[in-house]
Amino acid sequence: MTSAPVAAATREAYPAGLIDLVEQGVDVVAIDADLSVSTMGYKFGEKYPERWLTVGVAEQNMVGIAAGFAATGKTAFIASFAAFVPGRCFDQLRTSVAQPRGGLSVKCVASHGGVTVGEDGMSAQAIEDLALVTSLIPFDVVVPADFESARQAIVAVGKTSGPAYVRTGRPKVDPIYDSSYRFELGKANTLRAGTDVTLIACGIMVGVALQAAEVLASEGVSARVLDMATIKPVDRDAVLAAARETGAIVTAEEHQTHGGLGTQVARVLAEELPTPIGFVGVDRYGTSGKWDELLGYFGLTPQRIAQAARDVIARKT
Amino acid sequence: MPTSLAPVSIDELRDIAKRVRTDIVTMVYQAQSGHPGGSLSAVELGVSLFWNHLRCDPANPTWPGRDRFILSKGHATPFYYSILAERGFFSTALLSGFRSLGSPLQGHPSMSAAPGIEMSGGSLGQGLSFAIGQSLAARLDKRDYRCWVLMGDGELNEGQVWEAAMAVPHFGLGDRIIAMVDRNGIQNDGFADTIMKTNPVEMWTGFGWHVIECDGHDMAAVDQALAEAEKPHDRPRLVVAHTVKGKGVSFMENNPGFHGKAPTKEQLEQALAEIQGGLS
Repeated sequence: MTSAPVAAATREAYPAGLIDLVEQGVDVVAIDADLSVSTMGYKFGEKYPERWLTVGVAEQNMVGIAAGFAATGKTAFIASFAAFVPGRCFDQLRTSVAQPRGGLSVKCVASHGGVTVGEDGMSAQAIEDLALVTSLIPFDVVVPADFESARQAIVAVGKTSGPAYVRTGRPKVDPIYDSSYRFELGKANTLRAGTDVTLIACGIMVGVALQAAEVLASEGVSARVLDMATIKPVDRDAVLAAARETGAIVTAEEHQTHGGLGTQVARVLAEELPTPIGFVGVDRYGTSGKWDELLGYFGLTPQRIAQAARDVIARKT
Repeated sequence: MPTSLAPVSIDELRDIAKRVRTDIVTMVYQAQSGHPGGSLSAVELGVSLFWNHLRCDPANPTWPGRDRFILSKGHATPFYYSILAERGFFSTALLSGFRSLGSPLQGHPSMSAAPGIEMSGGSLGQGLSFAIGQSLAARLDKRDYRCWVLMGDGELNEGQVWEAAMAVPHFGLGDRIIAMVDRNGIQNDGFADTIMKTNPVEMWTGFGWHVIECDGHDMAAVDQALAEAEKPHDRPRLVVAHTVKGKGVSFMENNPGFHGKAPTKEQLEQALAEIQGGLS
């Protein structure tokens, strides 16, 4: 049944996805590190107390415990802020999770990703997390755009045998999808057809890219919009089709332009079909502010994406 | 599946310890790299554990009900691989490939690369956390296996150890996890007391553990300490084995230079003779 979409934070999808997994028979445990009220992990704990625990402010221990669970055959989720997972436990993710047996079944759901964590300021604004986790070889990395896709992404990674990282966000965002949507790990979703340029976005920037496409349309520019929720493995076919059919690409992410979505897309193009590409992201440390003010402060705006699109179109040969 | 062990005599354990020490110096010599010092110091602990305390079945190394041995001080692979081979998890012929291309026996353990390797290691401080996860899973699955975790004393510098140390009593895992510290007093850069002074007994006691001390090279004392650690107690148990780095080889004993260095041909011959002769 399709429910009426309402604004919701992607982090709210975490307990919903976990409950879906348990109801589908997946042997899930979930661990928090004293941020469960923010990650929403506590809601899963209320429903399945035997499957949930909190380890205090101890991210390294949390990862090790999850690895131990996974070594026994369980699917272990861990949750914290994206500034702390992977920031406070990268070596544990590498040594205890990524390397054993080609990758243990540990799934990180990191909330408060990017700059839209807002008032807490730069230390809480994770703009490096995607660079770190995409460097861990067996990890799938997903940055969902809204509640529905986040919920389905959590279920999808919960059913793979290896490790994964799903980044969720703090603010309530307008829905992109309703419950009729079917998320597929590793597949981009075309939200808008276009022929002059392709805007490839993830997370909160998907909605911003759709607005940018409207700006461009008013100027007679036809922009395709892809929701590249899975940034690793990136959907090579969708990237190459966009390059062939529109001849220009702009990526947009709430992350520094080094090591995130833009890097993944650029590599595909460099390897197979060099194409003009522009990168929209965050390349400096932040400050406090309301989340929507911060999007403007960092230039994560429809206007900047539209300008990047005009620039790459001008570079077409 | 074995759920109890017929005790092996202390004399037999001592003979096994000689074989393990012989393996250790030979492997490190052949590889011309590796960590002999902290391997030789842990021999009595490992032999007593694997032959008299750890419930395991070398013919069925993934038996779900097995006790887990977690080598948290992951550089002590010469000791670890020798014990696994001598205990029958894999052929002793594999030991000659230690640290070489194509061998499953990497310089630091790679989980499941060879039978009996329970956890990947090499980055210190991670074993106790791993054991907590396995033990919580055992509780959830109503299994009664135990996790034995071996740490080094230099390793106690790592903060993650203390995150895990406070979590074991908090989660009531004292009957599921037994921790051991190889207190050989030397770490990579030198004597532990000069690098970062710690007092393991006071520190672990302060974190809510029951600390059992023993002479880590007196096989009977080690065997008794591990037996005591298995007995129920209202606190989780930690065995601090007071040991000598490089034990059994005169020029390696208490010598920080042999934390991670291989012997020469002449040194190997001397080492093998001393091990056979039972230097003490």
